Amino acid sequence: MAVTTEATRLSALPPASGRAGLTGTLRSEWTKIRSVRSTYWTILALLVISIGLGAAITGGIAAHWSQTSPSDRATFDATATSLAGLYFLGELVIVVLGAIVITSEYSTGAIRTSLTAMPRRGVIYLAKAAVMAAVMLVMALVAAFASFWLGQALLASTHDNATLSQSNVLRAVVGAALFVTLCGLLAYSIGSMIRHTAGAITIMVAVLFVIPILVNLLPDTWHADVVRWLPSSAGDAITSTVAGAHPHMFSPWGEFAVLGAYTAAALIAGFILFRKRDA
Amino acid sequence: MIEVRGLTKRYGDKVAVNDLSFSVEPGKVTGFLGPNGAGKTTTMRLILGLDYPTAGSVTVHGKQYRELAYPMREVGALLDAKAVHGGRTAYNHLLSLAQTNNIPKRRVDEVLGLVGLTDVAKKRSKGFSLGMSQRLGIAGTLLGDPSVLMFDEPVNGLDPEGIRWIRNLMKALAAEGRTVFVSSHLMSEMENTADDIIVIGRGKLIANTTIEKFIAENSTETVRVRTPQIDALAKAVAAAGGTATANGDGSLLVQGLPTERVGDVAFEAGVRLHELSQTRASLEQAFMELTADSVEYHAGSDGTGSPSPAGPGGEADKAAPAAVGQPAGMATEQARAGRTS
Repeated sequence: MAVTTEATRLSALPPASGRAGLTGTLRSEWTKIRSVRSTYWTILALLVISIGLGAAITGGIAAHWSQTSPSDRATFDATATSLAGLYFLGELVIVVLGAIVITSEYSTGAIRTSLTAMPRRGVIYLAKAAVMAAVMLVMALVAAFASFWLGQALLASTHDNATLSQSNVLRAVVGAALFVTLCGLLAYSIGSMIRHTAGAITIMVAVLFVIPILVNLLPDTWHADVVRWLPSSAGDAITSTVAGAHPHMFSPWGEFAVLGAYTAAALIAGFILFRKRDA
Repeated sequence: MIEVRGLTKRYGDKVAVNDLSFSVEPGKVTGFLGPNGAGKTTTMRLILGLDYPTAGSVTVHGKQYRELAYPMREVGALLDAKAVHGGRTAYNHLLSLAQTNNIPKRRVDEVLGLVGLTDVAKKRSKGFSLGMSQRLGIAGTLLGDPSVLMFDEPVNGLDPEGIRWIRNLMKALAAEGRTVFVSSHLMSEMENTADDIIVIGRGKLIANTTIEKFIAENSTETVRVRTPQIDALAKAVAAAGGTATANGDGSLLVQGLPTERVGDVAFEAGVRLHELSQTRASLEQAFMELTADSVEYHAGSDGTGSPSPAGPGGEADKAAPAAVGQPAGMATEQARAGRTS
């Protein structure tokens, strides 16, 4: 046969012991997330939106401080205000990234390649979630501290600005980053369940933005009963440094536990479906 | 070595794969043939554990795919060359695959060189032509130096150069003792590449044989004769032990006698001949006849001029299927008999 044995030009692979597992897949997912432009656009968007919006709000408040009523000054939360860009809009960017990490594999068909390389689906699901959450947490922490410092600098003229050493402030800054990271994981779970980018983002927008607005329209007594069970309330509670700002909610970490429970349940449901369904 | 036993897959009411059993041997190229929608891709997805079977089992090297210690070191599979994230470079795509199976980085450069993509290694695969995408996909299958390779319609949409390259590669891989399992909906693609063929239609096994056997069984020799004395020649041929069938265009198709014998018979009977030629039903024709009953969707009217198996039994139709359809019908029976024996 006049066939050139091209394949023989490959050198022999070193033998491997054990079996393909989480370590290699974590490395692979890290390669995947750092090798697409959408990751960098997302990081840029998160920083610009969080820091920019935070600066716009704090700057506006500082400029109008002289006209602000004493009662408004009394309830003013310099920390939460400086973080609003991150936990109101930056959150949306994180949600898009969380959904896209998994749904883009379905829209491109790459999931079949991924699952052929690593057919133990739990490993893929876990590695993807872990790498994504780590990336999100780091970028969210950067956004949170940058927003906080820039916001406090802009609020300096009010003499009502916060410092990290004040009570609850560090919790609020770190908590904002943790909150958006959990939102990202929730989006990841929804994405793995419905395998569709637009659908997953729509559901997350409904959960984080639309439902809270609708709940606000409820009669006061109903609102008081319902609001503490919303996933989005964790963001309000954890970033608040003024006592009694959210009278109908659990404690900040209590609200955080509510969101954590939703996220855990969604991650487990997503995992079961990811494993059980045809790819 | 791939072993498929009683494999069945239903999607809702639709049976995509129906009680399929076969094995794919090392050291050979095994063609996996069937019309579009026959269940080839589904079968491959089931082998890889991408879909779960409704019934039956499939093993690679005696294990379920997901139980393989390092899947890419045992199986290299390419189902869809475009199933990659287009925003990732060729290099990073392969690197991410290699990392899952603890395959060293230098291997990525090696396989890129092997498939001729070194120059575009740092380019995002979005801009790749289909041929380049196929090469990238094949590079991925070779990362783990696997003993089993599986390609789904690898030459679809490729130019002749690309087709030749893939054919040679498949042969070379088989010559190295690897198991090469490759699907196609065109018999002609397999004619020069495959050693064994497995034919399925509507998810069922139709034939599982060697390519030589398939050719021998399915390319029945027919002699075409044109004569002004059709009836006289038909009688003479029948007397000599052959079968003559009117071809509709005024010619006669003779089976069961070699060309020389048909000429002699005509001479002895004093029949004037205007044409005496040997024809062979093409393999493609045989394959189409074999799978005709199992084609998912028939075209409304047959533009190729070949008889439609589902067509109306008009007068003009009768002659043609009798001439061409008969050997194919026999072939189907032979194939089925061969399967059960």
